[in-house]
Amino acid sequence: MNPFSSGTRLRDMIRSIRACKTAAEERAVVRKECADIRASINENDPHDRHRNLAKLMFIHMLGYPTHFGQMECLKLIASPGFPEKRIGYLGLMLLLDERQEVLMLVTNSLKQDLNHTNQYVVGLALCALGNICSAEMARDLAPEVERLIQFRDPNIRKKAALCSTRIVRKVPDLAENFVNAAASLLKEKHHGVLITGVQLCYELCTINDEALEYFRKKCTEGLIKTLRDITNSAYQPEYDVAGITDPFLHIRLLRLLRVIGHGDADASDLMTDILAQVATKTESNKNAGNAVLYECVETIMAIEDTSSLRVLAINILGRFLSNRDNNIRYVALNMLMKAIAFDDQAVQRHRVTILECVKDPDASIRKRALELVSLLVNENNVKQLTKELIDYLEISDEDFKEDLSAKICFIVEKFSPEKIWYIDQMLKVLSEAGKFVKDDVWHALIVVISNASELHGYTVRALYKAVIYSEQETLVRVAIWCIGEYGDLLVNNVGMLGNEDPMTVTECDAVDVIEDAITRHSSDMTTKAMALIALLKLSSRFPSISERIKDIIVKQKGSLLLEMQQRAIEFNSIVDRHKNIRSSLVERMPVLDEATFNVRRAGSFPASASTMAKPSVSLPNGVEKPAAPPLVDLLDMDSDDIMSAPSSSGADFLQDLLGVVDLGSSSAQSGATQAPKAGTDLLLDILSIGTPSPAQNSTSSIDLLSTADVNKNPSNVLDAISSPAPPHIATTASAGMFDLLDGLSPSPSKEATNGPAYPPIVAYESSSLKIEFSFSKAPGKPQTTNVQATFINLSPNIFTDFIFQAAVPKFLQLHLDPASGNTLPASGNITQSLRVNNSQHGKKSLVMRMRVGYKLNGKDVLEEGQINNFPRGL
Amino acid sequence: MGIRFILMVNKQGQTRLAQYYEWLTLEERRALEGEIVRKCLARNDQQCSFVEHRNYKIVYRRYASLFFMVGVDDDENELAILEFIHLLVETMDKHFGNVCELDIMFHLEKAHFMLEEMVMNGCIVETSKANILSPIQLMDKAH
Repeated sequence: MNPFSSGTRLRDMIRSIRACKTAAEERAVVRKECADIRASINENDPHDRHRNLAKLMFIHMLGYPTHFGQMECLKLIASPGFPEKRIGYLGLMLLLDERQEVLMLVTNSLKQDLNHTNQYVVGLALCALGNICSAEMARDLAPEVERLIQFRDPNIRKKAALCSTRIVRKVPDLAENFVNAAASLLKEKHHGVLITGVQLCYELCTINDEALEYFRKKCTEGLIKTLRDITNSAYQPEYDVAGITDPFLHIRLLRLLRVIGHGDADASDLMTDILAQVATKTESNKNAGNAVLYECVETIMAIEDTSSLRVLAINILGRFLSNRDNNIRYVALNMLMKAIAFDDQAVQRHRVTILECVKDPDASIRKRALELVSLLVNENNVKQLTKELIDYLEISDEDFKEDLSAKICFIVEKFSPEKIWYIDQMLKVLSEAGKFVKDDVWHALIVVISNASELHGYTVRALYKAVIYSEQETLVRVAIWCIGEYGDLLVNNVGMLGNEDPMTVTECDAVDVIEDAITRHSSDMTTKAMALIALLKLSSRFPSISERIKDIIVKQKGSLLLEMQQRAIEFNSIVDRHKNIRSSLVERMPVLDEATFNVRRAGSFPASASTMAKPSVSLPNGVEKPAAPPLVDLLDMDSDDIMSAPSSSGADFLQDLLGVVDLGSSSAQSGATQAPKAGTDLLLDILSIGTPSPAQNSTSSIDLLSTADVNKNPSNVLDAISSPAPPHIATTASAGMFDLLDGLSPSPSKEATNGPAYPPIVAYESSSLKIEFSFSKAPGKPQTTNVQATFINLSPNIFTDFIFQAAVPKFLQLHLDPASGNTLPASGNITQSLRVNNSQHGKKSLVMRMRVGYKLNGKDVLEEGQINNFPRGL
Repeated sequence: MGIRFILMVNKQGQTRLAQYYEWLTLEERRALEGEIVRKCLARNDQQCSFVEHRNYKIVYRRYASLFFMVGVDDDENELAILEFIHLLVETMDKHFGNVCELDIMFHLEKAHFMLEEMVMNGCIVETSKANILSPIQLMDKAH
């Protein structure tokens, strides 16, 4: 009984599934069927197996789990009849994969079937093996397959050949066993054997250089002859496609010639004639012919230089590109990308056509063309190409804008001849497609603007004009940043360039833009936070309307975002009560360091931070040693985290104070933290109350900032001012200042005022080693703590090659001086000084991870620990 | 390896045949099929037959109500794959006589047997329709 002809149940199931109107109905039917199949499997009736499996394959195709049928496949494969085996193997290929252990059970059946007397059974086994075999099965069964490549029936030979491609890919060591057999297949006449043999050779060439060399020597001429024979062969109805005999075989042969000719001038020379013949004689009015031409062009471009052939190839591509068929144009664009490598000029000639393709209604063609255009750009044509692309950006599909704007930004950044042009183009992109622009791109724009001091006025005016017409988020962000920084240049028309039209912008207009941004519902938190900072800055730049600005800031006290609320309160207090420090507090941002930004953007670690990062992370006891890898694992942080550490504490500090909070975009920081050291001292200057030189200043700021804490201990303050080196008072004062500005954070200054010195701690202790830390602070530098580390050997043995490493979170910076020695005698000690800079001083306590390495009796010992018991307030 | 999967999908987007030459989990396959079908079905006749999706290139061709979609490696000859789809359809036509969606649904295993004779491990085995169909016809005669 054939379950397919009379197996109504399978047909019934398919019908009932077809009849389902909704996905839920379909699920119900499938669930019921699966239950029936399970029950039937449990009954273990061999007559139902065939049908069950057929059903399961259908259910599997629909995307439902069918693992419970896997064992049925194995049972069917093991049964003697051909129909059972056939469906069993099909199920095996569809329902199982090489990762499942069940598959191991089938190895034995496969082995038997590969040796079966019925060649159709052998064919089934080869096919299954070729589709799903694992490395282990490949090893076990390779000898059988090797033997079958020489089988008398060509239908088995071709399957064995393809089965071998899988085997050698799974176990490349086996490749050499197949080289001779593969070479013999190339002499065959049967197309199926030939095409599979060629594919096997191709596979062997790609995984094994010796095989490649062998085929190059022994088979090149034979392959050329075979290709010539089919190219010139008489009409063969069975293989003819649109006048070409077996285009599939053509293509595979050309592909194998490609790997053979690549990197070998002699072999390339041999195939010149036949390639020229294929390139000139192949009919190009049908798809099959074009497929062959396409492959031929690719081969010509990959083999060693034969310039006359390349001209031919480029001409074919030119013809393809002007073809009306979109498929042909698509592959032409694809190939031109490869052609650029050796003949840029020839491709440049098609620039206009390619640009047209960027505007094609077909997304696939657009995408290819865009890739190609970005390769075509150079210094000479960048302006023209960019103009074309930006013009198109205005009218392009919404879903293409992301790709398009990314490419334009890339081109503009890479080839921009001058800054003003770069800024102009970026503004256009931001206005048109700002929401698609990635963070690093607009950050880079800000860095460039910051560096182009002569263009500040021009830029802020251009941005002002642009932002009035466009609400694109990133444009708004750049605009408010610039207005905040350079608002005065905007209203006073400072730094007019020759070709600019004068415009009148009042202070109110400028603030309007920012108020719009901060009140707009679609603005996200980053934009709002930036707007708030811009307002703070403008409050000082535009004193005449500072009341209005204050009102806007005060409104943000009711913001639902905690960060905004807090900043609004802080900024309000600055605007309100500290007018005398405000102007210096909100001075223009120092010029951002372009080089550092670019390196960090590129994501390469050491070069960027070479000077700052290394000391801040780890220095073994004066021993030169690459610090990064141990540090990374010491800190358990990914390198990204570490990368954001290298900035002077001032920058972090500034950033924190001004509330440039890291709002999830890791690079949001970079703009601010880029400030080079000199510039960022700005704030330190303002806040460095304890700086010895301007004593007057420090007194007044303490007065000014008179916090409850300080007031409670007036004598202390007086003491401090009179004492020559008042390390603790500096802390007090600045902590107090933080209190004020922070408003909300708990005050850590109590402890600081209580004890003039910090008690030493035992940082680490094990059975053999003890580490003690004692602390001191330099006057005027409350953020910096000097730590004297003493390492004491508790064991009776001598430690040699002693090395201490430490790592700190990114708000801290660590500098290690060389240790007093690297040998630690029994009960002896070594000292080493460390300097820790706490950018969150007053908010966060010190914390450190450390690792100690030494040799004990010639063996390496490693001890690690975390130090959490630092005195508070350091 | 060339061909990574072959899908036949009707114009409602329902899968009618799926053959993968690399392992994907059930969830991945469902997601992939859904995404590809959505992309391809949204395209019109004038647009080219190639769609790039994830790290695949999809070559598709529509025959009446049925879409044939083949996912290939990036360096595969797209035009040749189009020709392969046509060969597949001609082969099925020869066997079923003007093949339609229902033929494939109700003879899923036969459609798979034909594919097995044409593609193995993502490579083309045979390009002659007579050679492809002979083992299948032999089986039919036996019953």
